[in-house]
This record gives sequence, structure tokens and C-alpha cells, in this order.
Amino acid sequence: MIEFQAVTKRFDDGTTAVDNLDMVVEAGTITVFVGPSGCGKTTSLRMVNRMIEPTSGTVLVDGEDIRKSNPALLRRRIGYVIQQAGLFPHRTVLDNVATVPLLSGWTRRKARARAAELLETVGLDAAMGKRYPSQLSGGQQQRVGVARALAADPPVLLMDEPFSAVDPVVREGLQDELLRLQADLDKTIVFVTHDIDEAVRIGEKVAVFRKGGVLAQYAAPAELLSNPADDFVSSFVGKDRGYRGLSFLQADGIQLGGVSTMGLHGEHLSGERPSTVGGPDWTLVLDDDGRPRGWLPPGVVIQGEPAEEDLRPGGSLYTEGTALRGALDAALSSPSGLGVVVDDAGRYTGVVTAQQVIDLIEERRKDAA
Amino acid sequence: MILQELFGWFGDPAHWQGPDGVPNRMLEHLGYTLLSVFGAAAIAIPLGLYVGHSGRGGVVLVGLSNAMRALPTLGLVTFLFLIAGGSEAGTIVGLIVLAVPPILAGTYSGVQDTDRGVVDAARGMGMTGWQRLWQVEVPNALPLLMGGLRNAALQVVATASVAAYVGLGGLGRLLLDGLRVIDYSKVLAGALFIALLAVLLDLVLAGLQRIIVPRGLRVAAAAVAGRPKARSSGRTES
Repeated sequence: MIEFQAVTKRFDDGTTAVDNLDMVVEAGTITVFVGPSGCGKTTSLRMVNRMIEPTSGTVLVDGEDIRKSNPALLRRRIGYVIQQAGLFPHRTVLDNVATVPLLSGWTRRKARARAAELLETVGLDAAMGKRYPSQLSGGQQQRVGVARALAADPPVLLMDEPFSAVDPVVREGLQDELLRLQADLDKTIVFVTHDIDEAVRIGEKVAVFRKGGVLAQYAAPAELLSNPADDFVSSFVGKDRGYRGLSFLQADGIQLGGVSTMGLHGEHLSGERPSTVGGPDWTLVLDDDGRPRGWLPPGVVIQGEPAEEDLRPGGSLYTEGTALRGALDAALSSPSGLGVVVDDAGRYTGVVTAQQVIDLIEERRKDAA
Repeated sequence: MILQELFGWFGDPAHWQGPDGVPNRMLEHLGYTLLSVFGAAAIAIPLGLYVGHSGRGGVVLVGLSNAMRALPTLGLVTFLFLIAGGSEAGTIVGLIVLAVPPILAGTYSGVQDTDRGVVDAARGMGMTGWQRLWQVEVPNALPLLMGGLRNAALQVVATASVAAYVGLGGLGRLLLDGLRVIDYSKVLAGALFIALLAVLLDLVLAGLQRIIVPRGLRVAAAAVAGRPKARSSGRTES
């Protein structure tokens, strides 16, 4: 747990970076600090490991005033990940990850064994340990940065815009990886970003800062999107917040429809569920494992096997049990207007329409009222 | 023909022995050079590391080392030689003053040029100031530091010839004595040996640089230059 008690930071030039911050970052959560540049989010983060000293106020980590600890020793107990990773270019990947254990007096052999283990934990091949940082891609470097921060198994992890320098596709992968790691590790993570999408995607709690270092709102992402505290927060979370809010609604109670399906060899498969959705007569083609391959438009008659050029590529797939946003997107992006629903293994289980999603939202709204 | 005369000069065994022989002059020259470069390094490297690491006094340092570069070497060496009562020490001090600026600049900028994110990460992971200096800043400063050292060595080899001007030894003797008696093959031989010494010294320092600069930095430099990565691909070295 990290507590800020009336923390203020004024720089020598007179600007106030953080203004009387009072907040508690709960243990075992990912808490995201988000806001425009100059809002004090990074300064707040850096005050936790004494990279910056507050002008006034107190920061407690697990109940202990951090001013009582030697800064270097304090930092070895707090993982630190920064933008572009900041890996040591002169050391191998393995020795980069072994840095903090070595500083803490582990033997080289033990530190390297731990480092190799961590490379696998963050999804890298242990053989990569022999390479140098310049031989890795940006995303791989960032994974090494995370491994390095985790090496001494610190209870607290500070991440300062760690994924902002990698391209969007890689970034999404890294975010998923972080969530997966956190499910196992249960660290107290403070994550700074300027990207509200990233904030609501990975944060269990989100702290929105405004210019001048004032905490504007501190809430769970769903609350932030549905109930912004003021105009600043509502404009910062943006125009699409209604749609993004669907990320936090479960799709329980949605009735999957069926559609006629065909195997790759032209055999007609019957849908397992009764069709509850009317509509055009599209046929979904499945591969031998039951995974969707594409759509056949109405009126196309297939003799024998459907050829690749007969198939229209499908839209996004909606995995059963995930949030409503995925269901709506699947329906909107499908050429047939029918969102394809799959199970965890990617096998076809049914279809859903945009209308069904809207109806479900309306129903929930009535229930809530 | 000057070349024939030169070969004749080389062929004369008298030129290869005794206090005025080439080997002795070369050793003297090398001695002045090493003494001056080591002396300069002993001053410039710690100072450059301190200023680069702490960030204090960078402006003063750059101004000072530019001022030192502007000093006329021959005048300085003669002046110090006279002040020191006609001993070698004055000459060596003059050469040290000449060698300090390039080493200082190389060391300072080497530390300064270490990626800010890397230094920030080093601090954030709990390195003390000394650990950061020795484990991060010094290894990253080595390419530029060694560059400064090689620069200084070349300058000193060339300039150590002025020691002869104030009556000391070294290969400069061949130049000055040859000029005095209008023996151009001797002058040419002196010039060639000075050049040879400069090249050999630079080769030795280049070899040293290859040994002490961490492999990761060479790999990174090669990647930046867009060339294929360093010759071995990491599998051969552990």
C-alpha cells in the first residue's frame, strides 16, 4: 500500500507540480495515474522511490515513512520501469535483469539463474539472455525492463509510461502480458500514462490529474467513464466514453443465435442452437476444428468445396464470457451483421446482433432505474 | 636523389647505435610521450568523471580546456623549461598541459552522453552514486574517453619533438640536428620515425580500446551505423 499524505512538490522555478495530494494506492492493485502533460503524474510517481523529494507532506510505503529509508536501499525494494526501458547497453540482457539481485549481494550464479527464470516469466526465450539490448525490438526491450524490475521480487512496482514508445499493436500485447503477470504476482503497481485508453484498459483504479498537480478524480475505470466528476474529467476521458464503457459490462443473459454453417469440404453442418435471429441467409464456413473461416453471401451456390475467393473475410470475433464491447464490435464488423461468437478455443458457438447488444443495455438501464 | 641518400642513411650502422642512434632517440621520445599522456590522464580522467557525473562545473571545464588548447606549445614548453631550471620536468609539464584538454573533453562528454534513461534507470534501481559511476557511466564513457586519449597521444608524439629545441633528446634531435648541418636525409628520417611512432602508438591504443570497451556498446554502435551486427552473433561468447 502506498499513501500520499498532503504531498506537495514545488520546483525551484516556482511551478507547483503536485498540489496537496492525498490518496491511497491499495495493495495488490494496478493503479494508473493519467492526465495531460504537466499534471504532476510522473512527479507523484517519482516521489514514491525518492527520485524526487516532496516539498511538504509524507509518502508511506506499507505504512513506513520513506524518508526513514536510505534512498538506494528503498529503491531496491521498489521495481522501476521507464519509457524505452533504459536498459544498460553495455550489459547482456541476462545481466541487465540480474542488476538488482547483484546490488543486493546475491552471488552471480544465483542472480543469473533468477534472471533466466524471469525472462521466461515475461514471455522471452531464455536464449535471448545472451544478446545485448540493441539487438532486441522495442517491445522485447520493454519486456526485459519489466523482468529487470521484478528481479528482486519487490512488492511495489513503479511504471512510468512504460509502453508509450512502442507501436500500438505491440503495446496491446504488452498490456495483456502485464495483466496476466499481475494475476499471478499480485504486486502493488503504480502505472503512469497520458493515454486514457491504456488507463481504463489496465487500471483497477484510475487517478486523473489536471494541470497544476491536482487530483481531479480517483475511481474505478467504469465509474470514471459513466460518472466523470467534472467537465475536465469528462472531456479528458473523451467522446467515445459511452462505447468504451461497454468494456466494463458483462454480456450475461445474451441469447446466442444460430446460422447455417458449412465445413471446408462443402458439407452442411447444422447449427447446434435454434435460430433466434432472422435475417439474410448468410452461411458461415468453419474449418475442421470448428473455427470460423469466413462468410458465404446469400445466393451463392457452392458445388463441392467452397473456394477461398468465394469467402468474405469475417469481422472481429467475440469470445464468450468477455465484455459487451467485443460483442457489439463483432456484430458491427461482420459482413453479415451477425457477430460470430467463439469459445475460449476459438470454436464457433453462435452469433449475436448489434440489436441484441443494444436491447441488453436498455434492459440493464431499466433494471438500474 | 634524396631517396638514395635516405636509404644510405638507414644503411649506416652508426645511425643505429649509441646515445644519438635511432633506437635510443625513439625510446626517449616514447618515454616523454608516455610520461606526458599518463600524467595528463591522471589529472583529466578523474576530473572529467567528476564533472560529468555530478554535472557541476561543466561550463568552467569547457572554457578552461579551450583556453588551454589556445596556448602556443613551443612557447609554453620553452617557458616551463626555463622556469624549471633547464630540466626535463618543465618540458614534460608543458606536454601534459597540451594533452589534458582532449582527454578531459573525451571523458566528460563520454559520461555526459550516457543515455539519460539509462542513468535514470540506474538510480531508480537503487545504485549508489559510486555504483552508477563505475557500473554504468564509466563503461558507457569508454569509447569517447579512449578517443580523447588517442587524440592526446598523437598530439604529444608530434609535439614532443620540441623537447629537442630546448636541448633534450627524442626524435626531434634528428630533425633539428639535421637542419643545423643541412643533412636532409637525417631530417627526413626523423620525420618518418616520428610518424611511425605515432601510428604504432595509435594501433596499440586502438587494440586496448577494443579490449576494454564492452562488446554491447560495439554491437549497439554497429546497429546504429546500419551495418550488419558485430562479427560474432553472441553464440560464441558467453
